[in-house]
Amino acid sequence: MRAPASILPLALESISFVAGGRAIVDAISCEIGAGARTIIVGPNGAGKSVLMRLCHGLLQPTTGRIVWRGAGTTPVGRRQAMVFQRPVMLRRSALANVEYALALHDVPYRGRRALAQTALERVGLAHLAGRPGRVMSGGEQQRLAIARAWALRPEVLFLDEPTASLDPTATREIEAAIAAIYATGTKIVMTTHNLGQARRLGDEILFLHQGRLVERAPAERFFTTPATVEAAAFIKGELPWT
Amino acid sequence: MNDLPEAFRHAAMLVATGDPGLVEIVLLSLRVSLTAVLLAALLGLPVGAAIAVAQFPGRRAVIVVLNAMMGLPPVVVGLVIYLLLSRSGPLGAFGILFTPAAMVVAQTMLILPIIAALSRQAIEDAWIEYQEQLRSLGAGRLSAAFTLLWDARFSLLTAVLAGFGRAAAEVGAVMIVGGNIDGVTRVMTTAIALETSKGDLPLALGLGVILIALVVALNAGAYLTKEIAQRRYG
Ligand SMILES: Nc1ncnc2c1ncn2[C@@H]1O[C@H](COP(=O)(O)OP(=O)(O)OP(=O)(O)O)[C@@H](O)[C@H]1O
Ligand SMILES: [Mg+2]
Repeated sequence: MRAPASILPLALESISFVAGGRAIVDAISCEIGAGARTIIVGPNGAGKSVLMRLCHGLLQPTTGRIVWRGAGTTPVGRRQAMVFQRPVMLRRSALANVEYALALHDVPYRGRRALAQTALERVGLAHLAGRPGRVMSGGEQQRLAIARAWALRPEVLFLDEPTASLDPTATREIEAAIAAIYATGTKIVMTTHNLGQARRLGDEILFLHQGRLVERAPAERFFTTPATVEAAAFIKGELPWT
Repeated sequence: MNDLPEAFRHAAMLVATGDPGLVEIVLLSLRVSLTAVLLAALLGLPVGAAIAVAQFPGRRAVIVVLNAMMGLPPVVVGLVIYLLLSRSGPLGAFGILFTPAAMVVAQTMLILPIIAALSRQAIEDAWIEYQEQLRSLGAGRLSAAFTLLWDARFSLLTAVLAGFGRAAAEVGAVMIVGGNIDGVTRVMTTAIALETSKGDLPLALGLGVILIALVVALNAGAYLTKEIAQRRYG
């Protein structure tokens, strides 16, 4: 199979998203390139999840444009996947949940089971393959969501707080899984409230504050010498006041 | 009214001994109402799902009308179907007036809005929860609708059952288009109405008890199914 040309970089051209009379995402411009793992951080309500939905194509920006520069006119929907902050599972087994996603991506019936099983193994869920997805614990569902997204072999994977409800062991497993996904050449764009995790997994940091992109920096630099007061305050664990 | 205990005793006898007349009526009732439910479900579930996930002008109005149609008076449905099926009506050529087929048509029309409206509600609730996830996974609206039909299957059972309850219990529509002909189109409800007016309480009572038992049993079964499924599948 010929590797298709990359759809990256992803360019955000002054995008805003207004809802309820408020700019939840406020005039953000930036270009997200291939390779580096991009971590979006910021306080609750900063607009991280909304920004991800915009990038993923689930929301349309009120103003501005989102352009996948590498894609030209080809559709990008199937080249990217997203793991939601609160993933939704179907009323069927964990394995069938992964197979469902594969079916939507036109993977032939015969190949689905093996691919789904592999994906479950990668997130440490092989032993729960037969359990209905909706009765799994929050952490298990999160891992299942990652397996489901991964099985699709996306070029870009958006992860919205993938370890928010996980215990330390599961968090390590997920971080290992994300590292493995990254190693296969998938672009990682992720949000997290765990700054240790942002340090471990991040190459570059986008710091969001009240819908604005306040700072963008290489991870190392961001945590040691943040350039803005807001970022410094955020890192110190203080809620930025305005 | 002092023959009431006697009537109950007699009714119990009829039921216990499986009186052929009574059995025939019960079977016809089931045949008509179950066929109507099957047809209404085949039509109503996809229609409900389509309205739930589709966007089109006038969608709200359609939903309001559909919900209102849940309360259609059976006699009015019967009258309309009667006019359509009568010899001079547009569908008169089929010649099915005063046959069980006409009763099936009338009951299907009666419960179609119920099944469509209730399933629309159930699917829309699921859609609100699933929408972003399904779109993210690459599902279009059509495949999402089928996914939701399957995922909401236990809630839809309730919708279908509500339709069956309505069909089995209504008397007005089947009376008008069926004619309550003995041995041909006489069902439980029309028989009860007739026998009561004639003063033959045992048969009416026996049928009444069976009708209620049937509806209760079906609802209990559906409730349990839903309960167990909920625990199993979440
Ligand atoms: N569709 C919407 N309509 C109105 N307000 C919205 C909508 N979606 C999100 N918001 C608001 O926008 C703000 C940003 O939401 P978002 O979910 O992006 O925050 P976040 O940075 O992901 O926060 P958290 O860290 O808690 O996940 C919140 O105040 C939220 O209430
Ligand atoms: Mg969020």
